[in-house]
Amino acid sequence: MGDSNMAKVLVVTSGKGGVGKTTSTAALGAALASAGKNVVLIDFDVGLRNLDLVMGAERRVVYDLINVVQGDAKLAQALIRDKRVPTLSLLPASQTRDKDALSDEGVSRVIAELKEKFDWVICDSPAGIERGATLAMRHADVAIVVTNPEVSSVRDSDRIIGLLDSKTERAEKGERVEKHLLLTRFDAVRAGRGEMLNVEDVLEILSIPLLGIIPESSEVLRASNLGSPITLNNPASAAARAYFDAAKRLNGEALDMTIPSDRKGLFGKLFGRRAA
Amino acid sequence: MKLINFFRRQSTAPVARERLQILLAHERAVSGKSDLIAILQEEIMAVIAKHFPVDQEGIKIKMERGEVVSTLEVEVEIPTPMCPSFPLPAKAVVPVKHVLSEESETACADEPDTEMARTGT
Repeated sequence: MGDSNMAKVLVVTSGKGGVGKTTSTAALGAALASAGKNVVLIDFDVGLRNLDLVMGAERRVVYDLINVVQGDAKLAQALIRDKRVPTLSLLPASQTRDKDALSDEGVSRVIAELKEKFDWVICDSPAGIERGATLAMRHADVAIVVTNPEVSSVRDSDRIIGLLDSKTERAEKGERVEKHLLLTRFDAVRAGRGEMLNVEDVLEILSIPLLGIIPESSEVLRASNLGSPITLNNPASAAARAYFDAAKRLNGEALDMTIPSDRKGLFGKLFGRRAA
Repeated sequence: MKLINFFRRQSTAPVARERLQILLAHERAVSGKSDLIAILQEEIMAVIAKHFPVDQEGIKIKMERGEVVSTLEVEVEIPTPMCPSFPLPAKAVVPVKHVLSEESETACADEPDTEMARTGT
């Protein structure tokens, strides 16, 4: 089991909705757990939970984060252990209650308890900059800012970076939250044509270090259709390889930054471009 | 000509980049100002606390940006220890210069219609 001194709390956040927070939480969590780490994923999107669905655990939810925070259920009763990777667990959000049911003290207590048991505590933030999002980032040691190469997503990421530097426990103690950029839904061909912000543009504007570039891939939707993180459903796909690399970098490995691509034959290439 | 237009039409990313750089420079400056508000709140609080017993929660500061002038609204709640005979006016509006107004309000259940008193600086 995890050593609480080594345990890291990671928030996956973005400001904007629909950029891939939940997909990335599931994919990175499964990648870290597959590498032998004890990982728990917490869904902070109270009222609109979805991590359970992306993980394929929606029919196994009995108790949720609010039940545990309010003391109605023990942590062990609410945790759902993944059937594919035994070192991966999920603490789902409540679908019926509202975010005000989460008290600061209650969340602190649950996070502290999870740090005793796991190496990585990964908090999937709701969209927005309201209380749900600030609560999800509150105890973070490390933050992943998920960004699409698109103006509104970059702007919202900038706001979230500001919050990470002011509203977290670490910021209040005068310490830093380790921040990483995860660029998702990236299309190297379109960026090359000048139709899409390129990696350097986004890095220069947001000025936080890059954790990975996840290429736009139809495999991501296929995996979520099936309720399986992309890193488990199709580990050989370009997006999954990018997530595996990002997970290794989180563990401190220095890897060259590449943009993996799904190899296509001539036929596929011709059609792929037309369709895009 | 058509070929030139074709290439020109594709290159929208530099525009996106420039728009973001300008916008975020502005937004970062504004969000830096919210720290100023927090500092003002603390300092105004310290001054008022010398004269009245005030609660940390009882002060509200709001900044509104206008085209010609911006206004800083300060609302301080002062608890009234002896409601009917408390010597303070129930509501005092103190204009400070032309852009700064301080508004202090004391709620008094027994005398809801206490006359408003005005004092200049």
